[in-house]
This record gives sequence, C-alpha cells and structure tokens, in this order.
Amino acid sequence: MSERSERIRRTGHAADGRGEEKAADAPVVTGLGVVAAIGLDAETYWKAVLDGRGGIGRIARFDPAQYPSRLAGEIRDFDPAAHLPDRLLAQTDHVTRFSLTAAAQALADAAVDPAALGDYDMGVVTASSAGGFEFGQKELEKLWSKGGDHVSAYQSFAWFYAVNTGQISIRHGLRGPSGVLVTDQAGGLDAIGQARRHLRAGTALAITGGVDGSLCPWGWIGQLATGRISESDDPARAYLPFDRDANGFVPGEGGAILVVEQREAARRRAAPRVYGEISGYAATFDPAPDRNRPPGLRRAIELALADAGCPATEIDVVFADAAGVPELDLAEAKALVGVFGAGRVPVTAPKTMTGRLAAGAGGLDVATALLSLRDQVIPPTINVGTLADGCADLDLVVDAARPAPLRRALVLARGIGGFNAAVVVTAP
Amino acid sequence: MHRRVVITGLGVVAPGGIGAKAFWELLTSGRTATRTISFFDPSPFRSQVAAECDFDPAAHGLTPAQTLRMDRAAQFAVVAAAEAVEDAGLELAELDPYRVGTVVGSAVGATMSLEREYVIASDRGRRWLVDDAHTSPHLYDYYVPGSFAAEVAWSIGAEGPAAVVSTGCTSGLDAVAYAAELIREGSADVVVGGASDAPISPITVACFDAIKATTPRNDDPAHASRPFDNSRNGFVLGEGSAMFVLEDLERARRRGAPVYAEIVGFASRCNAFHMTGLRPDGREMAEAIRNALDTARMDPTAIGYVNAHGSGTKQNDRHETAAVKLALREHAYATPMSSIKSMVGHSLGAIGAIEVAACALAITNGVVPPTANLHEPDPECDLDYVPLEARDRRLDAVLSVGSGFGGFQSAMLLARPEGDAR
Repeated sequence: MSERSERIRRTGHAADGRGEEKAADAPVVTGLGVVAAIGLDAETYWKAVLDGRGGIGRIARFDPAQYPSRLAGEIRDFDPAAHLPDRLLAQTDHVTRFSLTAAAQALADAAVDPAALGDYDMGVVTASSAGGFEFGQKELEKLWSKGGDHVSAYQSFAWFYAVNTGQISIRHGLRGPSGVLVTDQAGGLDAIGQARRHLRAGTALAITGGVDGSLCPWGWIGQLATGRISESDDPARAYLPFDRDANGFVPGEGGAILVVEQREAARRRAAPRVYGEISGYAATFDPAPDRNRPPGLRRAIELALADAGCPATEIDVVFADAAGVPELDLAEAKALVGVFGAGRVPVTAPKTMTGRLAAGAGGLDVATALLSLRDQVIPPTINVGTLADGCADLDLVVDAARPAPLRRALVLARGIGGFNAAVVVTAP
Repeated sequence: MHRRVVITGLGVVAPGGIGAKAFWELLTSGRTATRTISFFDPSPFRSQVAAECDFDPAAHGLTPAQTLRMDRAAQFAVVAAAEAVEDAGLELAELDPYRVGTVVGSAVGATMSLEREYVIASDRGRRWLVDDAHTSPHLYDYYVPGSFAAEVAWSIGAEGPAAVVSTGCTSGLDAVAYAAELIREGSADVVVGGASDAPISPITVACFDAIKATTPRNDDPAHASRPFDNSRNGFVLGEGSAMFVLEDLERARRRGAPVYAEIVGFASRCNAFHMTGLRPDGREMAEAIRNALDTARMDPTAIGYVNAHGSGTKQNDRHETAAVKLALREHAYATPMSSIKSMVGHSLGAIGAIEVAACALAITNGVVPPTANLHEPDPECDLDYVPLEARDRRLDAVLSVGSGFGGFQSAMLLARPEGDAR
C-alpha cells in the first residue's frame, strides 16, 4: 500500500477531500475545558452561570487606582503550580498557563489518548488577541531599566500570539495542522471555523477555541484606549449590554478550549460523549468607517445559517456578542431582529458574569451554548434591567436561567476593527 | 465547490528596494540588503545587523493620518496590497465587497509601535503602573494586530472574511494558504492576502540575543546572513511585506488576468518538540512537504526549485536539509534550493509571503534566485543551494517551506499556470 493510500485509509478521506460528501459531515465537540473568573473547570463554571453568579470585581493583580476603569473579570484562585510543572511556569505568561490548563481539561473530558491516535491526526488552532502581555511588560521593563542582558531567554516566544498553540501542541504531542488567528473578540469563533477546515481536509481531531486576558498595567492601558471600557466602580452596574444604562464593557480573563473531531473518528474511538456538532460558521468584515454601508454582523448570521442549512426559525437561542456600548448593542439588536423577527428568539449574554474575554470569548460562548443544549436551559444575562430603546424587541433572558427545549444555538462575536463571526451549534 | 486558486497580482516591500521590480532585481543580482542597524543605536546588543527597508510612507501614497495611525508593518501591508491590486488590474469599484477577503500574516504584530509607546508610558522602564497620558490614541490597534487586516480591508474596500494569521515564522505561508482556502471553499472570490512584519526594535533584538539566534557578525554586515555556509552563526533580522491578489482561476480567466502561478498544494504540521528547537531529522517538515504533494497530486520529481526557509542558524539549515531529503529522496539532490534570507534577512512572519513572491517571480521569469554569501557549504548541508549566482531554469512547480518558533512547519507548492499566461 502506498503512503498516500495508507493516509487515506487512516483518515477516511483523500487528502484533498474538500467538497466530498463525506468530508462535509459537521464535526462534533467531544471535550470542554474552561478557565474563567467564575469557575476553573467546565462544570463549576456552568453551575455558576446557571446561578447567575457575577465574577466581576476590582482588579487585584495590580493597583488600578490611577486608571479611570478599575473593574475586571479577574481569575483569582488559580494556583499555576497545581496545574503545571515548574519547567513550564518559568516560561509562561498567565494566559498560557490558563490555556494549558483548559486544554488538559478538554482532552481529559474527551478521554483522548494522544498516543492512541496517528502521529499527525491531531492539531491545535487557537485564537489570541495580545499574547502573553504581562510577561512582555516584565521583559520590556528589564530591557529599558537594566539593559538587554537582562531579557529572558523565553521572551522570544512567551509573549507572542502563537505561544498557546505551540505550548499545547508540545505538551500533548499534537503534530497535525495547526494555527493561530488574531481577529480580536471574533477570534475564538474564527479558530473553531479554521479547526473545522482542518477536519474536513482529513485531520481526525483538533484542539481549538481560545483563552485570553492581559491583566497587567501595560495591557490595561491598551484596552482603555478603545474608549469602550466601563468606568463604573459598581460590579453590578458596569457591564450592562442592551440596557438603557449601558456604559461600556468590563474586560475579563479566561476562555475555553474545545476538542472537536470528525464524527466518524469520535465514533471509532468510542468518545465518551458528544456535546453537539459545529453545524455552521461564517465571518464577515464591516465597511470602512467612512463608508455609508451597513455593518456586517447580519450577513455573518445569515451566512452561518446558510452554511448550517438551517432556517432562522430553527435557532432556539442566541449567545450575543453583547458589546455593552450603546451604538454597538443597537446594531446587534437590529441584526437579530432583522434575521429572527421581534422577540422571536431568546437572546442571552452570560459574559456579563465573566467580562468580555477577547479571544477567549468565542470558545467560552460555544462551550456555554453546548452545555445549554445538554441541560435544556438558557443561562441568564445578569444585572441588565430596562432595555435600551431600540433593543426592546429582544427577548433577552435576564435575572434567572430559563428552561426551554433547545436543539440549535447561534453564537456571535465581533472584534474591534470590524470583525464579525457566527457559529451554529446543534445538539447531538 | 472545488475551485483552483491563482496569483494574479503581487506587491512587495522588502529591504533593498520597495516594489516587486526592485525586489526581483536584488534577488537576481545576488546583492544583499543587510547592514548595521540604523533605526536605533545597536551598540549595546550582541547582534547589530539587520535588513532594513528604506521606506517613505508618503512616497507610497499613505496620508499623514494613516502614517500616524498605523504601525510600520501595517503601512508595509497597505502599500504592498495597493501594488498587488494594481498589478492584478483589479478595478476595486467593480468588485462585490462581500466577496473580497483580506488575510495578513504577522509573527510579532505592531511590536515597534508597542515598544515606542511602552517607553513613553513607563518613563523608560521606570514605572510598572504605566501612564497613558501621553500614549497614542491608537494603542489598541498596536495591542491587537488584527488591525493590520482591518487597515488593508479598509484600503481596498473589502467586506468578506478578514483575519490575521500569527503562527510565528510560518505566518506568511500560512496566511497565503488561509487566503487560498477562503477562495477554494467559496467564502470569497478574491482575497488580498500576504504577510507583514517590522520587528527591528530593541526588544526583538534583545530577545533573539538572549538565545543567540541572530548573528553576531557585526564587522561584516553585508555578508552576515550565510545560510548553509559552514561559517553561518545565526540569522539576520529583517522586515517587509508581500501581498497578493488571489483569485478563483475561472474568474481570472474570464477577466483575462495574467497569472503568475497557481497555488496547488499546502500542508502544515507541528513538531510538538520545543518552542525554539528542532528535531534534527526534520520529519515533521518532511511530512508537511509530502502532504502538500498529496494535495497537489504531484510527484516529487515535478519540483524544479525549493525555496528554503534557510534562516542561517546552525540548527535550521541542517534540519531543513534533512527534511527535504526525507520528502524528495534522491530528487532532493537534483533540485536547486536557495535561501533569499541571505539577501533580505529574516522578516519573521512576513518572510513566508515574501518567499512566495520570490517563487511566483521565479516561475514567471524562469530564474532561480541564488543563496548569497555561500562559499563553503556545511558538510552536513550537501544539496544544491545555488551559491552566489542566479540560474536560468524553466520551472513548472516550486516548493516553498517555512519553519517557526512554536514548532510550526509549513510547505506550499506553486505551479506554472497552464498556457504560460504571464
């Protein structure tokens, strides 16, 4: 048997199997790992979400007194040494430690034994927004205050955007097609879309999603420059998407890592559970600011629905981007009402509990959506009271979790600059 | 949907001259564009050489507002994209914005702007609690380099899928592959894609000094980048961008656009070995090459030229030589393989795209660019590295490979268009 036919036999696809019927099968999610302010594993996080427990508070990692914004969804009770060997602690930023922890959880949840799969059958595609920023600030400080001789031997990779994919690949021996996407908050969904492409081209399994966060002074002033960060000091009044008192958002840290697999590969290795399938994905970009053209979010929704072969009426819940900035909330509400009709689909934003997680958001919202499908319950959007004019047509799930029959969920994300992404997930 | 993807336009910003024409002249002359770093005083550093671009944003049509707003790497990408669009003869006003995608690869994003702003905000490293009173209002655009794709998309009016791909030093190849995939799968008809990096700043120089990855050959900057030579002792940092117009082949044919090359195969693998180290046998890169050949349904013997990663570190050049032998077997010895990093340095994430531009021009012109500064090959590097002088050769298919921190290994195959269109 030639190497090529051997490869086709092993993966079940010709290497260029794009477009073949079999390859068009939607991949399935078989494992979840979560690290967020309200839970350091998927089930703890999910319980907190259903309870509507807020994780936003005053920043403790550094003294935020001098800055106009002082709240974040900070992860406080994470002991890196409990999760990672010393060798990795020395060379990693917080964001990489969180990523490695979430990836290990996801692989354990999916009961994947990397040694049992083929050498190149597993890849890693993650999203990043700013890399390991606190690590980077420390090294910049050494360079400028003490000189180049003091810069860490790990700086060349510990801060950069590819660090999480690289470290996950190395730790678990994953040698398949891999990648890193940077599209601000849309990145988590774009990573899942790219992982799906790899599976369609023949890779059996991919680790995807993203974990993010740059809670250090240098990262903080970068985020403040967006002009979108809430200046409220009241955790219950700071991040109020779609509310008439919306006044910006609160950044957080964390995210989720997912194991996605070809359906057939998951069946073959008797994966313990299937959370659901990735049925549709699309990405669009907004027009340049000076052009009088409509934003691209609605088009991303419509393209993702078309990709999933799913009419709008089949979507049972929407996990919103929920920018918390009045004009952006209005634009999202308009897109949703345009596609689904007024009040026709429940909408929620559990990120009101974790803060907005940049590249960590998309993966975490997809994980949350899959848990919603599993337990047939929509988690709440917390703290939101009276909806803004123009957002009042949304059926926003507020105050408490809402039980509902759920088969399909739509997850949305928008990245600063104009990135839009949408994913449709379906119960198994 | 099974569409074929071709390159119909290209633009290059590279050391030694701005624009594809100047770039190709440099490569075929065998001259080098490496020199002592001029952007800052390099004397405190171990490695003091780099391949810098003499780039005047105003001369290339950027407005003062754009220049003020954009990081240098974003400026490169926008200028290279404009050249590519013009080269392809695209009428932007006639395109459906929804069907035009934008992809930019970058390893280290807006690192120059970030460092400049950090120095202001921290009072030269004196303050941990940095002060934003005097920093740029565009700091977030530097903090998240998704802004590079946004700037290019705005400049060409694209509203299809947009992304920045950041896989270290394979970002350029991976970004071109991502762009091609958007067309192949039907998400876009045209993608302006490529890569850009402008990393020549103190923090980048210091971080490579710390692991002795860059060359200390400061007394001979013009001959400091010596891939495959026995005297090589590290890479020379570079900067630049290459951007392409990629199109569905049928679309290109309909509008009668000349074609440089078709992107016929691509694959990437990870070594899962070490963030900066390479396994000596090159097996993951070899696997990427073999898989790219599979996707192209191509026999190794069709390859007429290998554009090497050829960074000029001891480790890389041996790793890569082993990988190419593993994948191409005896054909490796019969195939010219050169490193343009000997002339334009290593611009991290950008270089993969710049090397794709070199491959496209090599196919079009029937010329293999040389490896400059190669006088005495490493005995363990025993392939034909095209020393010193360019070589005429008709090329039907070329292979470009890349290797990056994080363990990324990528391989792309480009083929001469049917009918010698260009």
